Amino acid sequence: MQIYLPIAEVSVNAFLLLGLGGIVGILSGMFGVGGGFLITPLLFFVGIPPAVAVATSTNQIVASSFSALLAHLKRKTVDFRMGYVLLGGGLIGSGLGMIVFNYLKSLGQVDLLVTLCYVIFLGIIGGLMFFESLRAIRRTRKGGRVKRKKHYWVHGLPLKMRFRVSGLYISVIPPILVGASVGVLSAIMGVGGGFIMVPAMIYLLGMPTKVVIGTSLLQIIFVTAFTTMLHATTNQTVDIVLAVLLLVGGVLGAQVGTRIGVRMQAEQLRILLALLVLAVCGKLALDLLLQPAELYSLGPVTD
Amino acid sequence: MRLFSALTGLLLMALPATAEEEIVLGLSQAEVSITTNFDGSEILVYGAVKRETPIPEGAPLEVVVTVSGPSTPVMVRRKERRFGIWVNTDAVEVDRAPSFYAVVTSGPLSEVLKRTEDLRHRISIPRAIRSVGAPMDIENPAEFTEALIRVRSKSNLYQVIEDGVKVDEQTLFRAAIALPAALTEGAYDTRIFLTRSGDVVAQYETVIDVRKVGLERWLFNLAHQQAFIYGLLSLFIAIAAGWGASAVFGLLRR
Repeated sequence: MQIYLPIAEVSVNAFLLLGLGGIVGILSGMFGVGGGFLITPLLFFVGIPPAVAVATSTNQIVASSFSALLAHLKRKTVDFRMGYVLLGGGLIGSGLGMIVFNYLKSLGQVDLLVTLCYVIFLGIIGGLMFFESLRAIRRTRKGGRVKRKKHYWVHGLPLKMRFRVSGLYISVIPPILVGASVGVLSAIMGVGGGFIMVPAMIYLLGMPTKVVIGTSLLQIIFVTAFTTMLHATTNQTVDIVLAVLLLVGGVLGAQVGTRIGVRMQAEQLRILLALLVLAVCGKLALDLLLQPAELYSLGPVTD
Repeated sequence: MRLFSALTGLLLMALPATAEEEIVLGLSQAEVSITTNFDGSEILVYGAVKRETPIPEGAPLEVVVTVSGPSTPVMVRRKERRFGIWVNTDAVEVDRAPSFYAVVTSGPLSEVLKRTEDLRHRISIPRAIRSVGAPMDIENPAEFTEALIRVRSKSNLYQVIEDGVKVDEQTLFRAAIALPAALTEGAYDTRIFLTRSGDVVAQYETVIDVRKVGLERWLFNLAHQQAFIYGLLSLFIAIAAGWGASAVFGLLRR
């Protein structure tokens, strides 16, 4: 069934969009990532104009993240206090990110830098997670208990705060820095930033994996809602029809994904997310390295 | 529309050579409505040649129909390999390029139309695109215009259909033009040229109105005129959908 999107001004298959939303929703429920790094390239592939794809996917992420967050709230796996600290950092970061983004835009190479950002960050994070999880799985196979390092360098910093749900008593400086850097990246790359924040929370802050997902969802919802409003008011590129189709698939997928996530072991979950991140990274890297079939591209004239 | 034909009429009278044959035109639809399930559209252009005198001797009558969507400037960028990766390097701004352009003729374009007439009336695709100010440091600015035509032709936005016009008895003609699903709104200028041995002997212009209707129209207007409310509406739908799915699944599990 073909459907005409009023803002994107293209006609696409409605079931295809529902399917895309569904897949991304499952991932978002399983891993606590918004899925922006996946859905935006997928929408390009379907033929949605890039500006509309970026703006609309943020709206879709709000929906699937909210659905997943409710599931996590029921199980009380959300650290609100940590979420608010991260969010505070995130808002500062996205403000900084906007300044950086506009500077890059004035240089005229914003597309390339966004892609490079993706390749570098996805590559580093995917690689780290993959090897770490492999090591963890090997350790459990040997019969030994997975030991979490109890003392990080972050424990030496001032301004300590107790995060009861996470079972942490650490300085607020690292979470604010994590939130801020994610904010910068999300403004530049047009994503929620879960795929960066989840590993940062696990490996830098030492939070338990179960709490990490719900907490990152909380932060993602606010950041993406803010971005959606920015896109809607400045560029008019949010396509509500496209968003509805994606989010109907997305919210259903998120519920399914959360249930799959509960049944799986943390290490397996992490290795799967690592593989996914590496796959997207590989695809983007190939696009940069291989000669494209069409060397020329068309774009609107911006002054 | 009436003013338009009156103007063309005046123009035709001013040129005595072309006054002998006149076009009477019909369109299967003068308006294309983009609805939610819009999936492209076919427009039938049909008409007749009205003349007071017998059919002139010599070369047979040929017909050229063009349909052109609204024109906008387009930035064409070229990728080059730098430090091992493919990067956008050179860019040329094409001043005006139609969002959609179709040329339908009753025979091979080079035979039906002389180059001078093509230049005067801007009929073929390269002529319909206006590109003047390419930067001085770019070696082959023509390649950029060619690339624009190639990219848009691939998605059926630019079409040349030779032999697409059927002409009967040098008097009746009809042509079908397929509009793709990815259509932008606006006035689509439709021109019909009658030619004999490559010279334009008569021409006629009309407009096909392409516009969004119903829900599409309402959402488009809301997004542009009440952007803040539109943004809030998007977020509201997102949150409601997220909550709804969670509630439904909660009930199902019980």
